Amino acid sequence: MSRASTDVAIVGGGLIGAWTAFFLARRGQKVTLIEKGVVGAQSSGVNFGNLRLQGRFPGQYPLSLRSQELWEDFEALIGEDCEFEQTGHLYLAYDEDERTKLESYAQVSESYGLSIERVGLTDLRRRWPWLGERAIAATYSARDATANPRLATPAVARAAARQGADIRENTRVTAVENAGSGFILTLADGDLLSCGALVNCAGAWALEIAERFGETAPLFPAGPPQFVTEPFPYRIGPSVQAIDGSVIFRQIPRGNIILAGYPRTAADPQANRAPVPPVKTLAAMKALARVAPMLAQCHVIRVWSGIEAYLPDMIPVIGPSETTPGLFHAFGFCGHGFQIGPGVGLCLSEMIVDGATQTPLGPFSIGRFRSGPTVSDKFRKEFD
Amino acid sequence: MTEVVIVGAGPAGIAAAELLLAKGLKPTLIDEGARPGGQGYRRPADDLALDMNRLMGSEAKKYASLHRRFDALVAHIDYRPGTLVWAIDGNTLHLLREGRAETIAFDKLLIASGAMDRVAPLPGWALPGVFTLGGAQVALKDQGCLIGNRVAFLGSSPLLSLAAKQYRDMGAEIAVLADTTPLMAKAAALPALLAAPRTLFRGLWYMGALLRAGTRLLHGVAPIAIEGTNRVEALVLRDSQGCERRFACDAIALGYGLKPETQLADLAGAQFAYDADFRLFLPVIDGMGRARPGLYLAGDGARIGGADAAEASGLLAAHAILADLGQMQDVASTRNLARRVQRLRQFQRGLASAFAWPKAQIASLPDTVTLCRCENVSVGEVRAAMARELGPTEVNRVKAMTRCGMGRCQGRVCGPALQEIVAAGAGNDGAAAGRLRGQAPVKPIALAAAGDPA
Repeated sequence: MSRASTDVAIVGGGLIGAWTAFFLARRGQKVTLIEKGVVGAQSSGVNFGNLRLQGRFPGQYPLSLRSQELWEDFEALIGEDCEFEQTGHLYLAYDEDERTKLESYAQVSESYGLSIERVGLTDLRRRWPWLGERAIAATYSARDATANPRLATPAVARAAARQGADIRENTRVTAVENAGSGFILTLADGDLLSCGALVNCAGAWALEIAERFGETAPLFPAGPPQFVTEPFPYRIGPSVQAIDGSVIFRQIPRGNIILAGYPRTAADPQANRAPVPPVKTLAAMKALARVAPMLAQCHVIRVWSGIEAYLPDMIPVIGPSETTPGLFHAFGFCGHGFQIGPGVGLCLSEMIVDGATQTPLGPFSIGRFRSGPTVSDKFRKEFD
Repeated sequence: MTEVVIVGAGPAGIAAAELLLAKGLKPTLIDEGARPGGQGYRRPADDLALDMNRLMGSEAKKYASLHRRFDALVAHIDYRPGTLVWAIDGNTLHLLREGRAETIAFDKLLIASGAMDRVAPLPGWALPGVFTLGGAQVALKDQGCLIGNRVAFLGSSPLLSLAAKQYRDMGAEIAVLADTTPLMAKAAALPALLAAPRTLFRGLWYMGALLRAGTRLLHGVAPIAIEGTNRVEALVLRDSQGCERRFACDAIALGYGLKPETQLADLAGAQFAYDADFRLFLPVIDGMGRARPGLYLAGDGARIGGADAAEASGLLAAHAILADLGQMQDVASTRNLARRVQRLRQFQRGLASAFAWPKAQIASLPDTVTLCRCENVSVGEVRAAMARELGPTEVNRVKAMTRCGMGRCQGRVCGPALQEIVAAGAGNDGAAAGRLRGQAPVKPIALAAAGDPA
């Protein structure tokens, strides 16, 4: 048993934890990142890899745009390639209602300075001839991008380590106590770690710490059914999403198509399993063949999902605890945490070092659940 | 009526179906193959004039008997050839038949999915003209084709001499039969091999026949490379005297023994444990083949044991199913069957040490050798990923970082070699390297299988 101390302890070695560790270490903070398994192995490592800007929750745009700049600068900041590609993102509408929805998304995006292209029927066929006959309109956002989630988090964690952060994999936290103005963590091997600030970014496992300090959120685990096909010649540039959510897909330059879709599927954080029901795979296969008929004979080679944390209003918890000074939460990213991960890490580092961040995070306060959860339309659409 | 579904129409599946039918059940027998018999007792296409008597040699009678029994059985069961089980969800099997997805529910599931070759990569192994030993036999039995005119057989398996003899009988020239195991290792394993003297004798007899025919037979070789520009031109190896030798050939069959096909058992919820003799993760089963309530495993898909063990273990699993359905089983006959299965599998365990899986050879492969053909990942890329800070030490994590095992075959080919490279790189035994987790689909399926997109 040993006793160590650090400025900031971060619990959860996902994308959020790794970026937070990186920015804190860069600001000269002594940081210990504690991960029960290996870094970036849960939803940070198995998500779809979308860095989508259009169609986000309006209150998230300042954070989202700040985050995109960090993704765009990934190689220079982190010193490794994470297969970042500025692919653009194509949102498809199949009827007039969906076209109206696209238009309202576009106006929100534009009000935050994003440039959105409206694409009519003729241009759709001309620019993306592999699209089926049924889409009637689309919006295209050129700045949207994709990256490889399997590579991103370990790369950021290595960069954090190079800045001096202590990355402790295969380490569980068994107890957390208040101690003066800080905390004492007990680790599974019996080691004690004292810290001034504590970041709870433990994903689907985050309530254990929040509830220890008398606050909670209606968090539940789920995952997107995903699959990948065999590779075939690279034709599909942008990341493509049917606005009804039945398919979101992209082709990577080596040729494979990666797909995710709704409804999401159950996941079990205790057994660490997120099996994909075959009926959801079949539904997604059918939906993909509908959007891109040329893929009908393309073979699916593997399915997977992940354990993501969801909240009924479909936006995350980001910010300081309302019960405990020095404690910060960032969890419940509802399947869209990959894009904002770097920005969240940057904001958390600013809150911890400077006492505040310039980025508005009000909507993401954990206190919003004290008056009972609101259920978003997105929630009804994405779950069955 | 209770739905018993058997997957695999080899000796295990056929024997199980026979017994279940005799006891009043009407099992469903699903098989990926177009014709029954499994891999070993594969039935050639109907219009193919192949002399199966000659091809099957000492096993010709068993071959004929199994197919006779199947022909008598088929009208009374629900037999579904050409049907892939691509996923399992609770008590539902997801099938692919004639390009379309369908499902079948089961109360009891017997998986007799058979085995495939365990591949040990070497420089040049991805060249056209390199086959697995099993693949070489499939070409022969299914299509009446040879993989080449001048064929080299390389590996560590008693099946090398069997296949070489079949190839010679069908008119191929045998460039060399090169066994990586030294003769001494085989002698040391003799006591275990005596558990099944008939099989041992058969192996020796094949070898004798090859020697009499003047085939070059080498033991204790160290493979160096497969050479060729656009396809196989030669096998280069170091013989037991330390001399480098080059054998011109136009095809090579690689045989390093078999491994159970366990993806379906994995999807059906079987537990796995590392077996240090085979250096493989094998599904955990009881003496009757039970893996979990309602799930039974038999044949080479459960434990490598050969055709006779497969048949006996299929019967045994059928007894277990009947017993679990409340039918009294004859204790003496199941005990005898269990002993027989045990003895035959013990023999295979002996073989596994006589014809050792070349773990040291794999661990010392040059960095440039391709490990994963589907994703084109080299041995060096895996080692480099492991050597990094926060680098992986377990196969699934290595797969995530390098794509090794992520392609069309889902690691069925590169998995065992990857496990050795990872174990060596991490300084661990094979158990700590872990096993690639199974995911649907078991084999690739086209989007169109899901139905018309309209």
